[in-house]
Amino acid sequence: MDIQGRKLIKIATAGSVDDGKSTLIGRLLYDTHSLTTDKIEAIEKNSKQRGYDYLDFSLATDGLVAEREQGITIDVAHIYFNTSKTNFIVADTPGHVEYTRNMVTGASTSQVAIILIDARKGVIEQTYRHFFISNLLRMSHVVVAVNKMDLVDYSEEVFSKIKADFDELVVKSDFGEDQITFIPVSALKGENVTRESEHMPWYVGNTLLDHLEVLEPNDLQESSVARFPVQYVVRPKTEAYHDFRGFSGKLYGNSLKVGDKVALLPSGNESTIKGIHFFDQELEEAAPGSSITITLEDEVDCSRGDMIVKVGEEPKSDKSLTATLCQVNSKALKVGQKYILQHGVNRVLAKVDRIEEKIHADFSGTEQTEQLKLNDIGRVQFRLSKPIHVDSYKSNKSNGSFILIDEGSFDTISVGFID
Amino acid sequence: MMNAEFRISKKAEIVNQKLYILMSNLFIPNPKEAESIHILREVAAQFERPVLLFSGGKDSITLVRLAQKAFFPAKIPFPLLHVDTGHNFPETIEFRDKLVEELGLELIVRNVQDAIDQGKVREERGRYASRNSLQTTTLLDAIEEFKFDACIGGARRDEEKARAKERVFSVRDDFGQWDEKNQRPELFDMLNGKIHLGQNVRVFPISNWTELDVWEYIRTENIEIPSIYFAHKRDVFFRDGLIWTANEHVFREEHEEVVEKWVRFRTVGDMTCTAAVLSEALSLDDVVAEIRESTISERGARIDDKRSEAAMETRKKVGYF
Ligand SMILES: Nc1nc2c(ncn2[C@@H]2O[C@H](COP(=O)(O)OP(=O)(O)OP(=O)(O)O)[C@@H](O)[C@H]2O)c(=O)[nH]1
Ligand SMILES: [Mg+2]
Repeated sequence: MDIQGRKLIKIATAGSVDDGKSTLIGRLLYDTHSLTTDKIEAIEKNSKQRGYDYLDFSLATDGLVAEREQGITIDVAHIYFNTSKTNFIVADTPGHVEYTRNMVTGASTSQVAIILIDARKGVIEQTYRHFFISNLLRMSHVVVAVNKMDLVDYSEEVFSKIKADFDELVVKSDFGEDQITFIPVSALKGENVTRESEHMPWYVGNTLLDHLEVLEPNDLQESSVARFPVQYVVRPKTEAYHDFRGFSGKLYGNSLKVGDKVALLPSGNESTIKGIHFFDQELEEAAPGSSITITLEDEVDCSRGDMIVKVGEEPKSDKSLTATLCQVNSKALKVGQKYILQHGVNRVLAKVDRIEEKIHADFSGTEQTEQLKLNDIGRVQFRLSKPIHVDSYKSNKSNGSFILIDEGSFDTISVGFID
Repeated sequence: MMNAEFRISKKAEIVNQKLYILMSNLFIPNPKEAESIHILREVAAQFERPVLLFSGGKDSITLVRLAQKAFFPAKIPFPLLHVDTGHNFPETIEFRDKLVEELGLELIVRNVQDAIDQGKVREERGRYASRNSLQTTTLLDAIEEFKFDACIGGARRDEEKARAKERVFSVRDDFGQWDEKNQRPELFDMLNGKIHLGQNVRVFPISNWTELDVWEYIRTENIEIPSIYFAHKRDVFFRDGLIWTANEHVFREEHEEVVEKWVRFRTVGDMTCTAAVLSEALSLDDVVAEIRESTISERGARIDDKRSEAAMETRKKVGYF
């Protein structure tokens, strides 16, 4: 919740090129009065220059010169708007070739995915992929927005057919039915976006905005076990705080409170939480998501990359690791190669032992391979220079994911989801 | 309809949750604040010579508060750098010096005037003359002089559409250039600050904040800000639908008539590129109310952005903040 007590919902868009993602987001902005007059004027001017007889709302989010020239989105844009009840952050992702990498990136910081489908084209191969990624990343909700309904005469039949096709995918996934919602929309005309459509009386559900507002994404109320990766050790060495040694970091999974018996990993030393500090406040208990500083009863050794957890709730610790990987860089991942593995704020070296299989991101099975190329998804076994303390991605997103950094370019080349 | 009922039950749930929070002394974080603190701590941990780019505006003042929170009870472990155009509002400079003094911070000031005197950059002339884009050279020189490897800035993605594409850790090459088509993906909240010698990273801890978020934060935290953010009487003139400060630093044609108006500023940059808005907002409450009602964006009052549709993108490519 923000300062005003509004909840924060993070959304990623998905869909093929020209399905209307940017137009939909632009429309949401326009209809919620989130576009200021100078921005609307710029869109009007630009639309006219291009000879359009409508307002091209994609211009509200396509921020790069090259994007406006080509009429496509090239890189993820982050868009902000709010209603009286909710703050929204939207990652508007591009639909062209590199969609897997971009969608994984956008979705990793979101709870909700809006998958767009062009009503004229129906469920296509890319729809499979978008849904596969939503499933892989365990989004808490998926909204399937069947767009461009204006181009199919607002036909209920077209919508029902798409829904039926999509439902076949849902049964192959881990999603429950209540996590998927279908909405027929026209982003361009604003039908069922924030305003109920007169042309689709057959649709009785919520408009897109109404639906987004009532969502309660599950990671708002995280409910796994507490994980506190130490980011930074605070040692003021001032007179007032001469002996102060605090461990700063962001808390994930569940809350921690003063008096909790904790274990420090990797040493395995135990201690008790003496204080939880947030700036000049002394807290009794902090909820997950808090960036806090913890002090301990005992003088124990603890530094960046270590982890504080409750005694009895230790994660597994291993020098070998199996994970589902998504390659997000044009440099391929190969067997035998070494990479820097960053797990939260901790870094170790990782060597690729084996690529078990490459997974077809359309639910169609797997194949053998020696390397993972850009946008490939595969299951990979690693050996590590030092053990890391992990949970499965399923039980704790932040402690169950990592990135790989190339030792030469230092680019982030893959993201992993631990079994 | 079913939905109305659903909504009511959800509301009840939220109310229950709040009650629980009140009863249990459980601290519930503001997610944007927690994220920014996380980013600032990553900077301190991953880089050797970070610096906070301080303009004296509300965003950099917010950054200072966030940095205080991130490292309390220790001092902020990096200096502030002010690239002074020489055309700053005197109120901002006074404020800057007071803040630095009170918090015991280290302040580095580098002047655009020096680059002009050394002939490295040429002063613009005429109607739209501004020193705003000249700051880039001074900034890059300072990065080189102090070997800064991370420059923390207060830019937000909601400010401008090219900014909406910016990463939290934005890698720049030796020339400070932004390669917008080849950015590192940022997954979850893992930040990759590994760079080669000569490269540096621009860090934007409040990327995900909106202008309103910043103002609401300043109000909640009761943070002091320069007086020019509040309504005051000022000599101004009107041009291109914007309100310009009338003084010796701003080029004005003879027919452009000077009038006294009640105004305030929404961004505090160089006088030559920061337009005022008519305002009666005397308190933070008034300011927040005004921003909520406002139908023009913050950057709408930035003269530098009005020059062209791609002004920001172009500046960023050559090393601007
Ligand atoms: N008729 C009609 N056209 C639409 C609708 N939504 C979008 N379009 C048009 O479809 C085209 C593509 O829209 P964009 O919003 O740029 O598509 P996108 O999905 O963001 O595309 P990429 O980001 O490049 O993948 C534009 O010409 C839009 O005006 C709609 O509901 N009806
Ligand atoms: Mg787009």
